[in-house]
Amino acid sequence: MAGLLDDFFMRALVAGVGIAIVAGPLGCFIVWRRLAFFGDTISHAALLGVALSLLINSSTTLVVFLVSAFVALSLLLIQKRTILPADSVLSLLSHSTLALGLVVLGFISWVRVDIMGVLFGDILATSVTDILIIYIGGLTALIALAIIWRPLFAATVDREIAKAEGMNPDRANIIFVFLIACVIAISIEIIGVLLITAMLIIPAAAARRFSSSPEQMVVISGLIGSASVIGGLFGSLTWDTPSGPTIVVAALACFLVSLSPLANILVLKKAPHS
Amino acid sequence: MFIPKSPLASLDAAGINRGGRWLVRGVDMTVESGEIVSLIGPNGSGKSTTAKMILGILPPDEGIASRYSHLRVGYVPQTVSFDWSLPLTVDRFMKLTGRVSSTDIDWALSETVTSHLRREEMRTLSGGEFQRVMLARSIVRKPDLLVLDEPIQGIDFTGEIAIYELIKRIRDELHCGVILISHDLHVVMAATDQVICLNGHVCCSGTPDHVASTAAYRELFHTSEDQTHALYKHRHDHRHLPDGSVTDYYHKSDQHHSDSVSPPNSPD
Repeated sequence: MAGLLDDFFMRALVAGVGIAIVAGPLGCFIVWRRLAFFGDTISHAALLGVALSLLINSSTTLVVFLVSAFVALSLLLIQKRTILPADSVLSLLSHSTLALGLVVLGFISWVRVDIMGVLFGDILATSVTDILIIYIGGLTALIALAIIWRPLFAATVDREIAKAEGMNPDRANIIFVFLIACVIAISIEIIGVLLITAMLIIPAAAARRFSSSPEQMVVISGLIGSASVIGGLFGSLTWDTPSGPTIVVAALACFLVSLSPLANILVLKKAPHS
Repeated sequence: MFIPKSPLASLDAAGINRGGRWLVRGVDMTVESGEIVSLIGPNGSGKSTTAKMILGILPPDEGIASRYSHLRVGYVPQTVSFDWSLPLTVDRFMKLTGRVSSTDIDWALSETVTSHLRREEMRTLSGGEFQRVMLARSIVRKPDLLVLDEPIQGIDFTGEIAIYELIKRIRDELHCGVILISHDLHVVMAATDQVICLNGHVCCSGTPDHVASTAAYRELFHTSEDQTHALYKHRHDHRHLPDGSVTDYYHKSDQHHSDSVSPPNSPD
């Protein structure tokens, strides 16, 4: 294992697949709940987290997690009380945290910051420590998701049924928001601010055609995400294209295949299950 | 299954205020095991809001909502929509809020005549099938309290009667309390132990016979000559006598209908 991870390409593969396995299941909830723009906003807020972590010279993952979780929780609060429409609030927070992050980066004259790296990630620069953070953080997130699965899914279908029938949908929602912040924090340096939402949403969208239950969709989404990472990384190696965007393009290709008649063969195979 | 003696759930002078306007106020109600309580009233009279208070979905802004602890609830809300992105079969939907055995699913689906839909996706169901499946899901966990908000939407007339018979049968079989919200007065009046007539407040309540005999009920639902007027104004602080003359304010004690408490143009 240690020998395997000596190679930067292997490290990128292992890290990317780890992120995809966590992003797939959480991405399904983002798609089911129509939270795509919400995910975008939190990931943009992560840029502010990166800037602040450089400013106070602290762990990027930790600061990004705290800032993302803070923005996500304030979104939940603001949406309950504000007179502005939800999408305007999201757009406001999304772009103001992005701008704020860039302004803070501008102030930090003593560090040379690779803006492209922050926006699009640098999966080929993944270290063994990064891999450890991804797998420990990712495993924690998946275990937490398994624990809140039933109330979270019930609240996704209908919050009022969940609440009336004795579940605690609000607690599940808050934990879910923390899990999204966690995924963004562990993948920010690998995938980047602008592309992490794609890793959450595109594999989930592609998995829909092949799934006949939410549990199936979550697993298939993780698999499609992993396939996109592997395909994208080999593609970027072959054609010398930027790796993050190539992974997203590979995910897009999976989604297009799921829409095409080609997918019918796979869908039909699954139909007579019991 | 447990059968508590005290009320399963109750409201005590409960009300919900949104932006300074009372959606519903001063509601007293109780529901006991084996009892069917119907909430009736015009649109916007606070029926669904009242049900949500008693279920704990909306905490009352004044008054008290209480429920028996560990109450097993089955709830059919007025509207639920399923996104295309959500792969959800009828079978999986039955297990939404708790583990249930396959035998119980069989039972709930056959009670609601939907056994043939078990493998179908929720979003492919027709309106009537959807309502039946919603009902099946609400009974599958053998609830102590069943709350049905307009359970017969999209169901044809013969189906309607079957649904009400089913609700009575479920009540007898599970000995559960039932809160029923419906527009269909004739069937409601026939299938109910207790009726609560709402219009922003409790207009009248009691047995169906008693409620049907009150002026408030007639004003709300039966005013033949000027129905629209009655529904919009609904300020029965007087009573029409058979000869057309007007008698004094009907029930002074609660002051619900006197001008001193309701401002002009208020919905009641």
